[in-house]
Amino acid sequence: MADLNITILLASIVAGAAPIVLAALGETITEKAGVINLSLDGSILLSAMVAFAFTYQSRSLLLGFLGGAAAGAVVAAIVGAFSIYLGQSQVAVGFVLTLTARDLAYFFGNPFSRLYGPHVSPLPIPLLHKIPFLGSVLFYHSVPVYLSILFIGVCWWFLYRTPEGLRLRAVGENPPAAYARGTHTKRTQMLYTVVGGLMVGLAGATFSLCTKPGWGRPQGAEGTGWIVLAIVIFGGWHPAKVALGAYLFAFLQVMGIQFQGWWPSVPAQVFQVAPFPLMIFALVLMYMAQQRPLHLTEGAPSVFHRVVRRLSGSAPAALGKPFHPE
Amino acid sequence: MRITLRDIHKHYGRVRANDGVRMEIAQGSIHGILGENGAGKSTLMKVLAGYVRKTSGSILLDGRAVDYGGPSQAAALGIGMLYQDPLDFPLLSVLENFMMGRSRGVSQKEALHRRQLEYLAGYFGFHLTARAQVRDLTVGERQQLEIVRLLALGVEVLILDEPTTGISSLQREILFEALKKLAQQQKTILLVSHKLEDVEALCDRVTVLREGKVAGEMEQPFDTQKLLKWMFGSPPPSPPCAGTKPGAITLAMEQVSASGGRAGLLNCSVTIHEGEMVGLAGLEGSGQGVFLRLAAGLEKPEKGTITVCRDTLTGNDYHAFKARGVTFLPTARLEEGLIPGLTITEHFALQQEDGVRVAWEDSGSIARERIEKFRIVGRPSSKVESLSGGNQQRLLLALMPVDPRLLLLENPTRGLDVESARWVWEHLVEYTLNGTSIVFSSSELEEILQIADRILVFYDGVVVRDVMTCDTTLAELGQAIAGKIRACGHLQTKQ
Amino acid sequence: MGQSALMLLGVFCLTTCILMIAGAPPFAAFYHFFVGAFGSWNKFAQVLMTWIPLTLCACGLVFTFRIGLWNIGIEGQVVAGAVSATAVLRVGVGSEMAGVFIILAFMAGIVGGAVWAAISGILRTRCGVNEIFAGLGLNFVALGITLWLIFGPWKRPGVASMSGTEPFPPSLWLPHIPALRLSPVGLAVVLIVLIGAGWVLTDTRLGLALKGIGSNPKAAYLHGLKTGRYMLYAMALAGGCAGLAGTFQVTGVYHRLIPSISSNYGYLALLVVMLANYRVWATPGIAFFFACLNIGSIQLPMMLKLDSSLSGIIQGTLVLGFLLVHGWRKRLQSGKQ
Repeated sequence: MADLNITILLASIVAGAAPIVLAALGETITEKAGVINLSLDGSILLSAMVAFAFTYQSRSLLLGFLGGAAAGAVVAAIVGAFSIYLGQSQVAVGFVLTLTARDLAYFFGNPFSRLYGPHVSPLPIPLLHKIPFLGSVLFYHSVPVYLSILFIGVCWWFLYRTPEGLRLRAVGENPPAAYARGTHTKRTQMLYTVVGGLMVGLAGATFSLCTKPGWGRPQGAEGTGWIVLAIVIFGGWHPAKVALGAYLFAFLQVMGIQFQGWWPSVPAQVFQVAPFPLMIFALVLMYMAQQRPLHLTEGAPSVFHRVVRRLSGSAPAALGKPFHPE
Repeated sequence: MRITLRDIHKHYGRVRANDGVRMEIAQGSIHGILGENGAGKSTLMKVLAGYVRKTSGSILLDGRAVDYGGPSQAAALGIGMLYQDPLDFPLLSVLENFMMGRSRGVSQKEALHRRQLEYLAGYFGFHLTARAQVRDLTVGERQQLEIVRLLALGVEVLILDEPTTGISSLQREILFEALKKLAQQQKTILLVSHKLEDVEALCDRVTVLREGKVAGEMEQPFDTQKLLKWMFGSPPPSPPCAGTKPGAITLAMEQVSASGGRAGLLNCSVTIHEGEMVGLAGLEGSGQGVFLRLAAGLEKPEKGTITVCRDTLTGNDYHAFKARGVTFLPTARLEEGLIPGLTITEHFALQQEDGVRVAWEDSGSIARERIEKFRIVGRPSSKVESLSGGNQQRLLLALMPVDPRLLLLENPTRGLDVESARWVWEHLVEYTLNGTSIVFSSSELEEILQIADRILVFYDGVVVRDVMTCDTTLAELGQAIAGKIRACGHLQTKQ
Repeated sequence: MGQSALMLLGVFCLTTCILMIAGAPPFAAFYHFFVGAFGSWNKFAQVLMTWIPLTLCACGLVFTFRIGLWNIGIEGQVVAGAVSATAVLRVGVGSEMAGVFIILAFMAGIVGGAVWAAISGILRTRCGVNEIFAGLGLNFVALGITLWLIFGPWKRPGVASMSGTEPFPPSLWLPHIPALRLSPVGLAVVLIVLIGAGWVLTDTRLGLALKGIGSNPKAAYLHGLKTGRYMLYAMALAGGCAGLAGTFQVTGVYHRLIPSISSNYGYLALLVVMLANYRVWATPGIAFFFACLNIGSIQLPMMLKLDSSLSGIIQGTLVLGFLLVHGWRKRLQSGKQ
């Protein structure tokens, strides 16, 4: 029986989770401003394709990443425009785009299928990567992976330590109050939908240029977008907890591969699919734990409720509801 | 800052919320705005604070005419308002609410803002913890935060809209001390209230509004009786006492407390009898709505028991109450009472008890019959959103079960013209003759006096007066509504 | 009317642009679309075989949309129906009364889909979980179960593979016209379901209740309707129709269980209903158009080396165009007020 090399396991979790972390952080920003971008699954595939195509044609990885980010931003912009400025349901537009972006990806990506293109190579950080255990886990990766780790801190700092981040959270929380304090709610929501989309695009590019290099039908990133949506909720719309959710999912995926070796009687495909429902039902359990009726009890919530509240966090109150100032 | 209001008009269609209001407010004074429901006080202040655009008229600050497009522009000119429903961010912390919208750039300058917050809070004796989440604060504390925030923004004029509803008496004391201090610092304070007691304790000068116009102005010391007369007008002739004995008990509430709205409901013990027409008076949001919804089972009480016709129904939902003969009619007809997109016939079809198919012919004939009986202007195939407000109300009444035990009506004649309102009451009185109990809330005291046999006055979530109409006068009710209770009644306040 | 024509023109132009960007001759592509769908009786039969499950799913979705639910779990419901039907059919292999087993399989499929949908519904009404995420999770679970069955207990003797379970003997196939592989039974089922759905929605108390709750749940509650119960009814109806579609896929199209038994018809049906503006009578026509696109696009890889997802792009942009027109009208209306 194959034994477990913890270092390699952890390192592969960190690397494999990188695009998921990026996408989840981007969607956290978008949802914190009050907009749901349901098109993630298609968005990620489209940006993966665009990134790979650009890189293949131009031999420039940078151009690939830029292209992917742009693709993500454009799709997000469409979701934003339709819902913020045209008053259409965010769920409707997001859902249609999930399918259409994926189809666009497959269609335009056809000529690039199964080609071998440039991809990012690991860039060990000098000195740091020699640290026993931690060095191999954290400092022997490629640039996108480092970016994903860095962005956790950047997002957190932006949301909770800058005035602009505060404004973003205020808009998602109570648009009429934000408006009363002089914020352009529509502009702010649109801006951060696009910013979130940029990060989702980066995530897609990371898939096709780093984590699962290349393009094909299927690419391998299918289904990730849905999980990212669940992770944002599971992580209580907080960057650190969202990242934790992403790493948990990557852990489930890596363990799935391990379990294949341990239980050869169970078909491999089941292990490939298993992380998805497991993740979503973890979310369901969190939801259910939150639903215990609090209103019947007087006085402070019990310790249990406080713990659950701390773990789960609350949705930005205005999520999904457009606000039209007079 | 001195404020002058000249000929302020605010019209909503044909409704004149403010009808040519003129006021002069001196700097460094605490100026009270008194009036009952619908007098136009809140609207006027919202116009002044920039939240609502005036239809016409001018506002002068220190003699200069000003015009602004939104609340943030008004704030830039120095006018800040504390709304009845706080416009804050419950999930953010106290400090974040304080800081939001103020700084630019990269750094939040948290330390600086925190010092400012603590200084201002300490100066007024407010206890605000920077890291606490606003949703955990009491109403009084949220107010304190908002005051401190507005002051930090540099407002010269502070408008408070019904600030003492739903706060404890201790918090009220702290608030009053703070306002007095501010007035000493030459800030201008505007206090909108229906509570005479507050106005008498705090204000230098008071303007009374009635039906959108200025009814009178007065300086300290205040003549309470005159103020009440200005607020409520001359009493209409009292209807003769019916002299009927109360029948069996329909609804009984025993020590019921619930939260909801701003004031909630505290230790309410009321019994309603068969055939009674009971009116709920008081400033809107003083607990009447909560009472009605508790009696309907739409809200659950935190304490106490609710009994309908001797069945204890505490904690059950509306459908259980409905099965016992309780019917609830909400104010918001189209948002809560009727279903847009459905026709009149379809509304009646929804009441069908069994069968797979909709009995279109039967529903259609019921619809036609009721349309005629209730004189609804519309056809059975009309969609309900196309009916006028008055006809929608008639439809709601037409949809009620034929023989209800208890009718709970929230503002049943709101938005109706005089003719329709009269028709509604004529029709409803017939129900009481058959033994139905009716409990209704209304924002017009005159209406309650004319229609109800019995009146419950609500003040800050407490029933302060429970009298038969023939035993009381408008002046007395006005006093109760304004918080002035005679020695025989006692006032329970939140601690 | 004029706006719809404008929208179609817009989508047509957009598709032409896309084709030109991809370096393909646009008119050749349209030609192949047409030929691919109508070029022969065989191909037309395939269009109908696609139209049947798509319309069935769309009918079911009208119920859930009517009450205001986003039943994204429809994919899993199709699969659940397919799995239930397969289970019953497996029992009937080699039996004399094949016809009975086919009927039982249909019933099992309806029940399987309805139960799967009810799980989402209960999670929504009792536990407050948004039906989108509950549905999504259940989609994944259904897929997982299918994979496990195909590679595990139900695997083909010899080598388990992605091509699915052991094909059923022709006695367990849905009766069909041999040359065309088109099943008139399927067409009949769709017609019955369409008429049935139309009837339920317009003529029954259930349909009226769904409409009322979807329009104003608060008022409906005050009128005595138990909103949670009706949500479950709507979900069960949608699941039942989806299960029917899944059964059809198993007995009429693939004659076995394959991993992608739903062929994405569930998601596509969501688009169909959106484009039909949630009206049941418009769904067959739009579903037919979408089916033509799907089948027509199969030609593209062979003839023009294009990926067949072009059909999906056209379908998606049609719905986006529809939403755009809607939104624009809304904006103009609110601007007037």
